Amino acid sequence: MEDVFDAVVVGAGLAGSTAAYCMAGAGLNVLVIERGSFPGAKNATGGRLYAHSLEKVIPGFAKEAPVQRSITRETLTFLTERSAISLDVASDRLLEFPSYTVLRPEFDAWLAGKAEAAGATVVPGIRVDEPVLRDGKVVGVRCGEDTMEANVVIAADGVNSLTAQRAGLRQDLDSSEVATGVKCVIELSKKAIEERFNINENSGVARMFVGECTKGLPGGGFLYTNIDTVSLGLVVTSADLATSPYSLVELFEDFRQHPQLKALLDDGKVVEYSAHLVPEGGLKMIGTAVADGLVVVGDAAGLVLNTGYSVRGMDFAIASGEAAANAVIRASKTGDFTSSGLSRYVDNLKRSFVMKDLETFRRAPSLLRNRRIYEEYPELIEEMMMGLFGVDGSPRTPMRKIVTSTVKRHGGPVQMGKDLLQGVTSI
Amino acid sequence: MNRASIEELLGTNKYEVDGDEAHIVIDEAACACCSSERCACVKACPAGLFKIAGDKIAFDYAGCLECGTCRLVCLQKGIRWNYPRGGFGVEYRYG
Repeated sequence: MEDVFDAVVVGAGLAGSTAAYCMAGAGLNVLVIERGSFPGAKNATGGRLYAHSLEKVIPGFAKEAPVQRSITRETLTFLTERSAISLDVASDRLLEFPSYTVLRPEFDAWLAGKAEAAGATVVPGIRVDEPVLRDGKVVGVRCGEDTMEANVVIAADGVNSLTAQRAGLRQDLDSSEVATGVKCVIELSKKAIEERFNINENSGVARMFVGECTKGLPGGGFLYTNIDTVSLGLVVTSADLATSPYSLVELFEDFRQHPQLKALLDDGKVVEYSAHLVPEGGLKMIGTAVADGLVVVGDAAGLVLNTGYSVRGMDFAIASGEAAANAVIRASKTGDFTSSGLSRYVDNLKRSFVMKDLETFRRAPSLLRNRRIYEEYPELIEEMMMGLFGVDGSPRTPMRKIVTSTVKRHGGPVQMGKDLLQGVTSI
Repeated sequence: MNRASIEELLGTNKYEVDGDEAHIVIDEAACACCSSERCACVKACPAGLFKIAGDKIAFDYAGCLECGTCRLVCLQKGIRWNYPRGGFGVEYRYG
């Protein structure tokens, strides 16, 4: 191929396909290269897409896109060995902030199709081996024997972004700043899902779990209901796994067997098992989101936010794809594809919710490394609840005494005050 | 739903295994520097593909989920890691 493309996009995930859709729509000559045998074949998620950023790019998308269920129920659960203590929010008011469970192979294939319909060329089944550099500037990509030249390369190749690394833009990730997630997709009948999770047809539940599921390691579990499957997963900081007495696989199987989960998933059939890295370093990595001839988007740029009660990556990926496209469209007018010509991408991100939210929750990662969240507090809450609800004829203790004695047994009021302060100033 | 072995979990997946090219290769010299109780790859690989075999690590790339964890946790930086060639490797149907 001897053409010079306006842009070559590496990876047909949400960020890549959104960027391609926007650039092609503006008349640019765009090539998307995807290593999977179809767009979405390599992509995994926990399960929930907040709709707002794609809504901005493709208004009303959920009417035509393959979304699974619309979330009307959010549950945060503290798990101990035998108990599950939950904050459960069931409300159709959640529909005012639409979010949908999704399965990425079907969803990403749909979005790549939109990019194609807008005029982009999408080529699956090809691995980009490396970016091609000339005088320090990225001028294309090499796939085996072929070189594809472009004014701009968009690295949308996911959390491991070998493209950004091989362009010399950054070092590899640090294992303390990523988490490893695993997930089972479990098949259940539509009826069983709606009965067991107390949801209506088309509506769905998003659940987060903290505590016993990671045996005290930083991380947590999640559960999302799809139409006739449930996505159940566990995420643990990668570096902590390395020194843990348990393997990730053992932790996950124990979680699946938790007495409070087992009944919900009874008779379910595992139909797929996947794994994925979750980056946490978005704020730090923003300095390496642009180079001469290169823009880095989505997971590749570390754009994920975990607050402990919600995890967001897909809405960030879509917004970053759009922001990158706008910067490239602009650069195409001036002909300046240097890092300063493309720096509008970073400006766009800084003005958008992406960097604002990462900034707001910049202390969340260190809060979520506080081991007491996983080791102490679920047990503390369990003890309090047993004190509150356990009636056996012995003289009752008033609530204030239950609280003070339980707190004393779990680190004391000073420690708890510190943790509480860290909590309220972080999330 | 009973406890499943990792082999059973991986057995639910669809793979197009590349018989000609391993996308992950262990640097045996680096690997030998790692005492067995420090083998982070064994604990962290979500597919359980790294196994201690005597004084070596046995690894099978065929069931790889392509997450990248092994490369990042290896204390010896002894894992040469790439994605499988285009069209090969795991093919998610549910993702």
